[in-house]
Amino acid sequence: MIPLRRYWPVAASALAVVALQVVLSLGNATYYMTQITMSAYYALVVIGLCLLMGYAGQVSLGHAGFFAIGGYTVAYMTTVNLLAYRDVPLVRWLQSLHIVVQWQNLYGAEVLSFSPWPAFIAALLLTGLISLLIGVPVIRLKGHYLAMATLGFGLIIYRIVLGTKSLGQADGISNVPPFHLLPWLEVNGRAPFRVQNYYIAWVAVLLAMVLAINLVHSRVGRALRSIHQNEEAAHSLGVNTYRYKLAVFILSALFAAVGGALMTHYNGSIGPSEVTVMKSVRYVAIVAIGGMANLWGAMIAAILLNFLSLRGVFGTFDDAVFGAILIAIMLFAPQGLLRMPKWHAVASAGRASALALQRVVRGRTTDTRRPHG
Amino acid sequence: MDNVLLETKSLHRSFGGVHAIKDVSIQVQRGQIKAVIGPNGAGKTTLFNLIAGTIPPHEGEVTFQGRRITAWKPHAVAALGIARTFQTTKLFPHMTVLENVMVGRHPRTRSGFLAGMLNLPCTWREDCEIRAKAREILADLCLLKSADETASNLPFGRQRLVEFARALATEPVLLLLDEPAAGLNIYETGELSELILKIRDRGMTCLVVEHDMSLVMNISDDVVVLDQGQKIAEGPPRVIQRDPEVIRIYLGEG
Amino acid sequence: MNFPLIMQYGLSGITVGSIYAIVAVGFNIIYSTTGIINFAQGEFLIIGAMTAISLHQILPLWLAIALAVIMTTILGGLMEVVFIRPVRNASVLRLIVITIGLSILIREAMLHIWDEQVHSLPYFTGTSISTVTILGAHISPQVLWVLGTSAVIVAGLTIFFRFTPTGRAMRACADDRMAACLCGINDRWMVTLSFMLSAGIGALAGCVISPVTQTQYDMGAPLAIKGFTVAILGGLGNSMAAVAAGLLLGLLEAFVISQFASAYKEAVAIVVLLLILVFRPTGLFVRREIGALRAA
Repeated sequence: MIPLRRYWPVAASALAVVALQVVLSLGNATYYMTQITMSAYYALVVIGLCLLMGYAGQVSLGHAGFFAIGGYTVAYMTTVNLLAYRDVPLVRWLQSLHIVVQWQNLYGAEVLSFSPWPAFIAALLLTGLISLLIGVPVIRLKGHYLAMATLGFGLIIYRIVLGTKSLGQADGISNVPPFHLLPWLEVNGRAPFRVQNYYIAWVAVLLAMVLAINLVHSRVGRALRSIHQNEEAAHSLGVNTYRYKLAVFILSALFAAVGGALMTHYNGSIGPSEVTVMKSVRYVAIVAIGGMANLWGAMIAAILLNFLSLRGVFGTFDDAVFGAILIAIMLFAPQGLLRMPKWHAVASAGRASALALQRVVRGRTTDTRRPHG
Repeated sequence: MDNVLLETKSLHRSFGGVHAIKDVSIQVQRGQIKAVIGPNGAGKTTLFNLIAGTIPPHEGEVTFQGRRITAWKPHAVAALGIARTFQTTKLFPHMTVLENVMVGRHPRTRSGFLAGMLNLPCTWREDCEIRAKAREILADLCLLKSADETASNLPFGRQRLVEFARALATEPVLLLLDEPAAGLNIYETGELSELILKIRDRGMTCLVVEHDMSLVMNISDDVVVLDQGQKIAEGPPRVIQRDPEVIRIYLGEG
Repeated sequence: MNFPLIMQYGLSGITVGSIYAIVAVGFNIIYSTTGIINFAQGEFLIIGAMTAISLHQILPLWLAIALAVIMTTILGGLMEVVFIRPVRNASVLRLIVITIGLSILIREAMLHIWDEQVHSLPYFTGTSISTVTILGAHISPQVLWVLGTSAVIVAGLTIFFRFTPTGRAMRACADDRMAACLCGINDRWMVTLSFMLSAGIGALAGCVISPVTQTQYDMGAPLAIKGFTVAILGGLGNSMAAVAAGLLLGLLEAFVISQFASAYKEAVAIVVLLLILVFRPTGLFVRREIGALRAA
């Protein structure tokens, strides 16, 4: 029996996404799509963070750092100009493999740099490596120590991008070329590509949700939840708590990096403002609102809040709003605001009532001693 | 000594100057129910923690099925076939009873991160098996009707039973029970005794820490007495009951 | 490197280090009593300084500072009563997240009440160019004020905790809250007091360092990070060690500036933080096992 019941909300969301696009296009309001697309990429970070915080019970105050690693890596690799090294054999060879390509940037200058796909893969590898290096010592820590260590990590990344010339320092990197996912499909922020990119972003988000949902329902997901709810017991039942926490940490970092990379291609640039502590705190606040262990809540909160923030609804109080949200949630609703019915509970309630109905129909009294259920 | 399932040799463990366990050597025979008793603070739970890998000993050895498992981590110890229950019930509060027991199947199953995320077909069958086996165990312990209830909602006695079921799900060879009767009334304790005897008859070996003397006398084949971290006496229950040293440490001088 | 230069860097390091130490002591006071890491600790320094700066426009310097310290102290108490106390059965992590939110709110409030400009209090004695010469090093007299104030704060706190009934009550609370409660100590008031105390010394420190480092609305967070690093370095809850650790970090930063570019100064604290967390989370001065019993 293929477990499909869990994908119900995914299908519903897909329909909603399409409906929204149609409405916006017909209403001549496609400019909203830009903010929605960007919010979707932020949501990728949030989904990964939700897995880390809600299911594995680890806090990270530095996840913007992984977003930045993804974004800056693709930005750097696709804009670094190797034209001067055109005749170096290594560069020649890379060019023959189309890993390095020549193109013309916005100013008409010839640029020889990495093509987006290799850059993307490199970004993922780099993020995986760094998250492994950071995770190994840090995952062992508990509570506020872990929070501080991740905060420190985020700060270091911030200092690095702010201080390094080749990463653009305070200005960041711009002129990032579009990302041709497929010959006819590219991540590109310009107006003609709006609808296309709206869908690309949403496919990415829904794909991430599918992967996350699958994980949560799987044996590993159960193990993760058990670690979160009682680590000592989980450990005594054969769950390698350290390795699992590390794995989720790396996974969530990869989600963030993908968001960062795609966003960078979409915006055509990335800057240090994506790596601030506030950004990391925002991600945490959004996961908290959605309810720590609630993937859908996190995703919805991410889209909604980021959209409002990007449209400037919060004005100069942008940061303050997220700070206030964080406090309010922690004080009043630590379980989160958007409690969606846990599909398991719904399913089992359904099963139980079906069973009861069955028994009534067959005229039997409830007999709990029978071995099957 | 082929029949020795678990052996500890001269275990030492101290905490900041306090000797919690001092030179403790015990042997557990296959198929045996061995009880560990002693006044509070004697080091009984520490002994369990040393065996199960929660904390490493400072000196000494733990051998299981002929293999040295000293200072092995808890998950490795569990995979080897040693399961434990805790003094205070450590269920997963927000998961259902069934899910709690399903986690117990973890060391005997394999699907990993990638298979899980991609929802590969090989996981479908394994998941069905996990679920079926868990239900089987619950049925065995007459817990099936609570299968879909949230664990923390259950009355205390049933929670303890769920923890028992969860430990059994790991298919252990040796079961470490830490005060399983704590907080149970007479009837529940009686049922517990029957349960332990039943699983012993199926071939399980049990090491039980317990304060409830009736339980100890009824079911154990052998008893070890600890006091202040040291082994004071060892032998069949009737003998221990009459040992003057044991009487002294429980009741005091004169 | 000649001696006067070493003295120069050394004194500068100790100056900054003593401020870090005060922030760390503030952390420790709250941590010991409640187990919470107060992320908003750094903001107390900035609020104190900013308030003093505004008050100084209409009041003499000493009065402005005194009032600013009092107001910040009250603010610290209010913060605890409104945001921390009502939270029931909270996990420590949840409370920490609340203090993170609070630090953000406070910072944003400061941005809107004042502005994003750099301000500072005037030098307590002399001007920005007057110097005092010690062992060949030319330093501003404000440095002496900083060192003096820090020493007074530490000494004052030591006396308070050791010899006054309230101080002893707080220590009892820190050791074992339940037992202290059973002895008739009002533990909830002790918690509020701990916040007020941390806020007060923070404000004083912020005022005294303001002429030297200038004050800007967002300087609270970096100070908090460094203060936390120092607190961990010395072992959370151990204030004497925090002082030593603070001076150590200050000297380390000064050393880095003297040898490398000053751009790397910020990274020093973070690197130290990560190293300590990874290798010795219980701190340099705490024997490993006892620390293990105490921490987390």
